[in-house]
Amino acid sequence: MDKKKRRSITRGIILAVLALAIGYTVYAAWAKDKVEIVKEGSKAPDFEVVDLNGEKHRLADYYGEGVLLNFWGTWCAPCEREFPAMTRQYETYKDLGVQIIAVNFAQSDFEVQKYVDNMGMNFPVAIDKTKSVFTAYNIDPLPTSIFIKPDGTVDRIITGEMSEAQIAAYLESIKPE
Amino acid sequence: MNKLLCECGHENPEGTKLCQKCGRPLSEEEKDKKIADMRYEGTAIRSKTYNKSIIDKVWNFFSSVKVGIALIIINLVVASIGTILPQEFYISVATDAEKEAHYSDVYGWFGEIYYALGLSDVYSSIWFQVLVLMLGVSIIIASIDRGFPLHKSLKNQRVKRHASFMKRQRVIAEGQPAKNADETLALVEQKLKELNYNVRREDQSILAERGRFSRYGPYVNHVGLIVFLLGVMLHLVPGFYVDESMWLREGETRAIPGMEGYFLKSDKFILETYDNDPQGEQLKQGVNVVAKNFQTDVTLYQQKEGAVAGQADDLEVIKQYEIRVNHPLKHEGYALYQMDYRLNELKSMKFDLTHKETEESLGQLTIDLTNPEDEYELNNGAKVKLLAYYPDFSGFKDGVPQTATASPNNPAFIFKMFTSEKPEGETSFVAIQQTLEPDGENNYKMKFVNVETRNMSGLTIRYDRTLPILFVGGIIFMIGVAMGSYWNHRRIWVEQLADGTVHLAAHTNKNWFSMKKDLDKLTDAAHLPQYVDQQESKIDEQQELEDK
Repeated sequence: MDKKKRRSITRGIILAVLALAIGYTVYAAWAKDKVEIVKEGSKAPDFEVVDLNGEKHRLADYYGEGVLLNFWGTWCAPCEREFPAMTRQYETYKDLGVQIIAVNFAQSDFEVQKYVDNMGMNFPVAIDKTKSVFTAYNIDPLPTSIFIKPDGTVDRIITGEMSEAQIAAYLESIKPE
Repeated sequence: MNKLLCECGHENPEGTKLCQKCGRPLSEEEKDKKIADMRYEGTAIRSKTYNKSIIDKVWNFFSSVKVGIALIIINLVVASIGTILPQEFYISVATDAEKEAHYSDVYGWFGEIYYALGLSDVYSSIWFQVLVLMLGVSIIIASIDRGFPLHKSLKNQRVKRHASFMKRQRVIAEGQPAKNADETLALVEQKLKELNYNVRREDQSILAERGRFSRYGPYVNHVGLIVFLLGVMLHLVPGFYVDESMWLREGETRAIPGMEGYFLKSDKFILETYDNDPQGEQLKQGVNVVAKNFQTDVTLYQQKEGAVAGQADDLEVIKQYEIRVNHPLKHEGYALYQMDYRLNELKSMKFDLTHKETEESLGQLTIDLTNPEDEYELNNGAKVKLLAYYPDFSGFKDGVPQTATASPNNPAFIFKMFTSEKPEGETSFVAIQQTLEPDGENNYKMKFVNVETRNMSGLTIRYDRTLPILFVGGIIFMIGVAMGSYWNHRRIWVEQLADGTVHLAAHTNKNWFSMKKDLDKLTDAAHLPQYVDQQESKIDEQQELEDK
């Protein structure tokens, strides 16, 4: 009887270990498909970009403020559709401790400058010439918006177009207390 | 748990076929067989014995050979279905909608179904991975379930076996030795030792064994498989495996995906072809050039210590290298391979500001498409302002020119030309093979002169710390296969009764031919009675019956 119990326990342990291994592998594979480096809840990788006016923006310097990091390109129609709303919301939120930084996908100064003049974007826009920030954040589709909390962790990652109501709500949720 | 009590007094676990002490058949089924079932030495396979709790049920499911075979077949079928059409990984479209369109456009209804079922990305699908892992579990559990009892019974073999066990082996001999009956056992022992058998003797019984370790072959190769699977699993653990790719244009510097802090600049891409006249196969297949070499001359940079993403103005040169096919750039365990190339992407365009009537030129300007300028000064105070640039012009939407991508596949410009004739400027929209003059007829035009192009290199970044594990797994696997295939486990039991009668039984798990050659030598040396192969004689009996 005792032997039987022991056997059951041994088998149970072996099966549990195997189940854990399977679980972990499947989870890891699934997580890899999603986002490899940046996840919601993880620390946002630090970066530094220079905007069109020559000013440096480093994420670490915005510690204590919310940051919306938006990745875009001039050819991307949904990006174009959400910028006016972003511009309006920035008017409100820049005084509430939320920063917006738009990072362009390695296009020419000429194109980006013309585009910004046209759109009247009022937040800093930088060009990621070496695609280094894109790589660090593992950006695939455009637009991708990363909302970063005042403590430097990622609050949410939105791929694709956002409505003005969404932008406002998400900016609200990363506002410093 | 019921114990099976053998006549010899040994208690065997339930499900045992042959008594573990003397070898008597224990089950009715076993008693009816002419030749003993020697698989797993007649021990009780645990999983076939207990089937009570949920743990036992799961255990038994995985330890079943039938389930194992079914899993292997299912895995094979699914894996081969994944090769019918190219996987998503190999088609160069980005979004899901484009992928769907690609499969239905290129492969019709079949492609549509293929995509809808997720077969276009089968190897990374969770259910496929679960299938592979289930096969792994089945291998582990079946090995535990059978390996341990087998090992135990091989280790605890007794020399003396019961007559019923001896009789029911495939090859047996019985009778008086031809001569020297009193020396029979000594002769047997001596001859078998000569034949490299491991001989044990107890009183009037001998057990001679050879190549027992080959019985462990299957288990060793299962261990190899498991190690291999473990290596494959480790691919998913961050830091063990990187497989990324990048496109790099000549003159461009960009961060290397998967290699944090490193940047790569393409200094030049070179394509060399064989300059031969096409002949034979080449003509048949319509190939007019064959690449001899393609290579990318690169410079590898690293950021300074403590730098963060985006800081690319203060880079250290690590090394310069010519990446050629099969000659990757190696650094810190990473390898950058030359995989692909695209030739002749537009780099710059040259225009001539020309009077339409007189064809008189006011000078030329070159627009660098990676960095266009606002204004270009020409002779005699003429200048051209660039109002807009569309790298990949795709038509007008609500009267506004659109660009489809950021790559200069189909550049279009809006120029404003200031000349002494028209100091207020004339506007002109210029695309390839198309000019529009929105403010009415212009006097001047931007005449296209020529282009400069550059090439792009497709590179792959690999980093694999699991290779040694895969390698070790493969080696263990092969050792197991060799053990099980090239060696076999031979056993000979000999017993001499008081009246001199000799009983002999022999068993091997494969290669009966060699076994019999050993027996021939033994029979000869120890003057034993001729052995018979009961399985062959069974066939003979059947033959006789059929002949009648």
